Amino acid sequence: MSFLSYLINGISLGSVYAIIALGYTMVYGIAKMLNFAHGDIIMIGAYIVFTCVSTAGMHPALAVLLAVIGCTVLGVLIERVAYRPLRSAASPLAVLITAIGMSYLLQNLALLIFGANTKNFPEIITLPSLSLADGQLNITGTSLLTIGVCVVIMAALMIFIRKTKAGQAMLAVSEDKGAAQLMGINVNGTIALTFAIGSALAAIAGVLLCSAYPSLTPYTGSMPGIRAFVAAVFGGIGSVPGALIGGILLGVIEILGRAYISSQLADAIVFGVLIVVLLVKPTGILGKNIQEKV
Amino acid sequence: MAMLEVNGIEVYYGMIQALKGVTFQVDKGEIIALIGANGAGKTTTLHTITGLLTPKKGTVTFEGKDITHTPAHKIVSMGIAHVPEGRRVFADLSVYQNLRMGAYTRKDKNEIEQTLEIIYERFPRLKERKNQRAGTLSGGEQQMLAMGRALMSRPRLIVMDEPSMGLSPIFVNEIFDIIAEISRAGTTVLLVEQNAKKALNIANRAYVLETGKIVLSGDAKDLLNDDAIKKAYLGE
Ligand SMILES: Nc1ncnc2c1ncn2[C@@H]1O[C@H](COP(=O)(O)OP(=O)(O)OP(=O)(O)O)[C@@H](O)[C@H]1O
Ligand SMILES: [Mg+2]
Repeated sequence: MSFLSYLINGISLGSVYAIIALGYTMVYGIAKMLNFAHGDIIMIGAYIVFTCVSTAGMHPALAVLLAVIGCTVLGVLIERVAYRPLRSAASPLAVLITAIGMSYLLQNLALLIFGANTKNFPEIITLPSLSLADGQLNITGTSLLTIGVCVVIMAALMIFIRKTKAGQAMLAVSEDKGAAQLMGINVNGTIALTFAIGSALAAIAGVLLCSAYPSLTPYTGSMPGIRAFVAAVFGGIGSVPGALIGGILLGVIEILGRAYISSQLADAIVFGVLIVVLLVKPTGILGKNIQEKV
Repeated sequence: MAMLEVNGIEVYYGMIQALKGVTFQVDKGEIIALIGANGAGKTTTLHTITGLLTPKKGTVTFEGKDITHTPAHKIVSMGIAHVPEGRRVFADLSVYQNLRMGAYTRKDKNEIEQTLEIIYERFPRLKERKNQRAGTLSGGEQQMLAMGRALMSRPRLIVMDEPSMGLSPIFVNEIFDIIAEISRAGTTVLLVEQNAKKALNIANRAYVLETGKIVLSGDAKDLLNDDAIKKAYLGE
């Protein structure tokens, strides 16, 4: 039974990684850049909820809504101010380095505003836990909610991409920005929308993550951000279902690795598996094979 | 007033000047050929018309409106469609999805369906392959898709960048037949070609571009018989 409960914990953690990985993978697929500040948006979202609930005494649902709005605005702003001017820069490294700089900027801003002390994230998910097999298997409400939210987000996103005009525009922009413009698609607007969606999801991921692991510091988003990036690469960067598979696999490997092998070595195991996967299939599990263009 | 007026455009890539004051016009109902060797500036000219590039000097006017600084994504709904060099179909999308993408700026679903039927009639191969990934089409089929996609916006002016490039002779003839048909159906055509003979045969008038400048222009029939043209572009 303990294996099963580890597995469920892993899927739950993996769901958070998957939600974060979506932000990486969509931005990469559409804007062709790695937004290394993405993980820190999670942390900002968590601080917004913390401030609203613990300091201002707001209703948690309202706090989460404010975090989603705040992160969306922040993500769009970062893209507009820091990344867009560099989009036509000669070297793609310029925007990558800016993204790393943006990550440090957000961390230091949080340090300045909230200080270095660990904050105790409020308990806002009050779902009862589920007891199975005569109480031998216990699944926390947070785990259940996290997995459920992940499934809903994935389904909604796939429908959005397939069925809406904005989703079709994303597909076109991800393949060929110039041709997309010739179809009448506003490329800058589409990229801004992608950042908005990714950042809104990051806020949700922040709440779920901090509900499961309730200590909040300015560096809270950093490691999950990197792991989610690994998950995105794992699943095939640019692929939405790939982010789901990569995220879940990573979460499960991490938790099982911690439980059965060594908790110190968990990260080494995660990255080891990544290296093996990339050696076997360089584009990730669901990644497209890079085809030669005619 | 001409439908499209390109007036003294100068276009740079960084420090390199690609167009050194290009002037020409396209009248409603015409087929205009723009011919020239590799690197003459043909693609640059078309990109400037449809807003992918902005000239440092000069203007582009379409149906009386100055579109020099209109961004590319707003050009389609003004009535100009662009069939880009190298076709640039969306390889991962199906033929049908590509065609729908061409109607991106249009709203009326029924009218879009009607246009789709017209396109399928004109390009039966596209209908047969409507659920196939565009990347798996042959070069000639991809060219038809790129043209069909452009026509989905119901343009009044269609600009085409080397539609016959890299195609087998049979496909080349088919493509030129289609261009003539598009023109007969009432769409004005600006055609960039390296296949000067075919282009001059189908066009009303033509302009010859050399290293960023128009060096010759006139009736297509006259240019076909021009000695300099024969020597430089027709290989005679
Ligand atoms: N992105 C670019 N950066 C720098 N120079 C460019 C760029 N694109 C084109 N050029 C230069 O501008 C000039 C005109 O290029 P353009 O592509 O318009 O020629 P073209 O007539 O379409 O040629 P082709 O028949 O080979 O397609 C060339 O000298 C080319 O080298
Ligand atoms: Mg060209």
